[in-house]
Amino acid sequence: MKFRAKIVDGACLNHFTRISNMIAKLAKTCTLRISPDKLNFILCDKLANGGVSMWCELEQENFFNEFQMEGVSAENNEIYLELTSENLSRALKTAQNARALKIKLTNKHFPCLTVSVELLSMSSSSRIVTHDIPIKVIPRKLWKDLQEPVVPDADVGYFVIWLCESCYPWSFFSFCLPFLRLCKILNLQVIEANLDGELNLKIETELVCVTTHFKDLGNPPLASESTHEDRNVEHVAEVHIDIRKLLQFLAGQQVNPTKALCNIVNNKMVHFDLLHEDVSLQYFIPALS
Amino acid sequence: MPLLTQQIQDEEDDQYSLVASLDNVRNLSTILKAIHFREHATCFATKNGIKVTVENAKCVQANAFIQAGIFQEFKVQEESVTFRINLTVLLDCLSIFGSSPMPGTLTALRMCYQGYGYPLMLFLEEGGVVTVCKINTQEPEETLDFDFCSTNVINKIILQSEGLREAFSELDMTSEVLQITMSPDKPYFRLSTFGNAGSSHLDYPKDSDLMEAFHCNQTQVNRYKISLLKPSTKALVLSCKVSIRTDNRGFLSLQYMIRNEDGQICFVEYYCCPDEEVPESES
Repeated sequence: MKFRAKIVDGACLNHFTRISNMIAKLAKTCTLRISPDKLNFILCDKLANGGVSMWCELEQENFFNEFQMEGVSAENNEIYLELTSENLSRALKTAQNARALKIKLTNKHFPCLTVSVELLSMSSSSRIVTHDIPIKVIPRKLWKDLQEPVVPDADVGYFVIWLCESCYPWSFFSFCLPFLRLCKILNLQVIEANLDGELNLKIETELVCVTTHFKDLGNPPLASESTHEDRNVEHVAEVHIDIRKLLQFLAGQQVNPTKALCNIVNNKMVHFDLLHEDVSLQYFIPALS
Repeated sequence: MPLLTQQIQDEEDDQYSLVASLDNVRNLSTILKAIHFREHATCFATKNGIKVTVENAKCVQANAFIQAGIFQEFKVQEESVTFRINLTVLLDCLSIFGSSPMPGTLTALRMCYQGYGYPLMLFLEEGGVVTVCKINTQEPEETLDFDFCSTNVINKIILQSEGLREAFSELDMTSEVLQITMSPDKPYFRLSTFGNAGSSHLDYPKDSDLMEAFHCNQTQVNRYKISLLKPSTKALVLSCKVSIRTDNRGFLSLQYMIRNEDGQICFVEYYCCPDEEVPESES
């Protein structure tokens, strides 16, 4: 098992730092999956985190100038590591204005992810800061639990997709935040959407009933074309979720997506898929039973 | 605002005893924040506007007046419409799109109330996104009548608020009372506290630049519970001028003049009853 990677481009370095910060906000510990062309940050919390899961994917070549890896074996050319996400984001904090960043897998008494940051200095001699982040190598037999979550098919539960282009999702999220703060008192919320591209957020308490309507969000081609005729049974999908989970997800966003997708699986889950050029982040919030 | 216009068409305005529309919701929410020191408030609407009242301990009362002219549309079907509401929830709803929105974006509001037993409906719109809030109303409670009559006013001072702002924000809260001295002679206008670390006196000279008007006829020394007056700081911070009046019974009236974002003037008024009788000799 070997892994060694290097970033020298400032913009890539910055982007990578922001992603690791976001991951740290979303998950305490996460799994890092290293494969020849991709890096994945994975959270597969079955129960402890209320069933929230996350799947973040980066194309290796968009970030790294050098990338060498050798998996467990030739046929399973992958590495799965478990690490405390805050340790990584803390190690990368110094890297923001650095000249170069090196990450490699080492064994110093215990397995480590060694992050070395080469900092600029006034004189010609450069300084290097090294962090050793303790990790756990996840054995082959546990890999099956860490695969990309599947969004249930339309035949399992009716689902509606909401899609936005360009910066629009961001304004949606900034709208959401005060609303969500208000409903923190009550951790139950309904997200409801229909095929006309309308999304409603609702809360109901004894004191107040609040509904926010987002219109003209649009359905992606997938939702409107594929199985449209099967869908006309119901026109609305809705799901009750724990508001704190959504809040945590929205508050952790540091990468402005160019596209945002929200799948609502009736009474099952909400699935967010955010796309930012070379990074995709999927987040699953299960329905409250 | 597609939904709003649709709503307007759909509903007969006649069914509502109160309909009010605002282009900028902050013209309402800012004023209400100035009196938000208790959970509940009583609202009175007449054709002149809305008065929102908050009371505490039967000793202090705050009134916010939002006159009909502030609203772009204001209709009251009955002579007066009264209901009690959870002010915290109302303010949360009014600031649902954020309390300090991005420049150039305004949140529009349409407020409807059908009558006794019905919820207060708020339709808020910003950038094409509409939020509908139904806030349950409660049985109105009788509010205090301080019987504060301008003919009984003995002393009156109008100050620019900045002169009082610092004094109020730094009040010695270990003191139980705030003593206000108003007099035609020295010390003219004095604020005193008596706390653990000693007494402090703050004097405002009669000819100070901050003093807009000074009409004192008789020396009056009155004490007010500091815990009751402290919440008025919220209104003070927003205001540009404050009028301080006391009547023959020692009741205090603080009137704050608040200029909203559109330059219109609103008033917030605090009434407070004195804490105890103070012997004439003490000052």
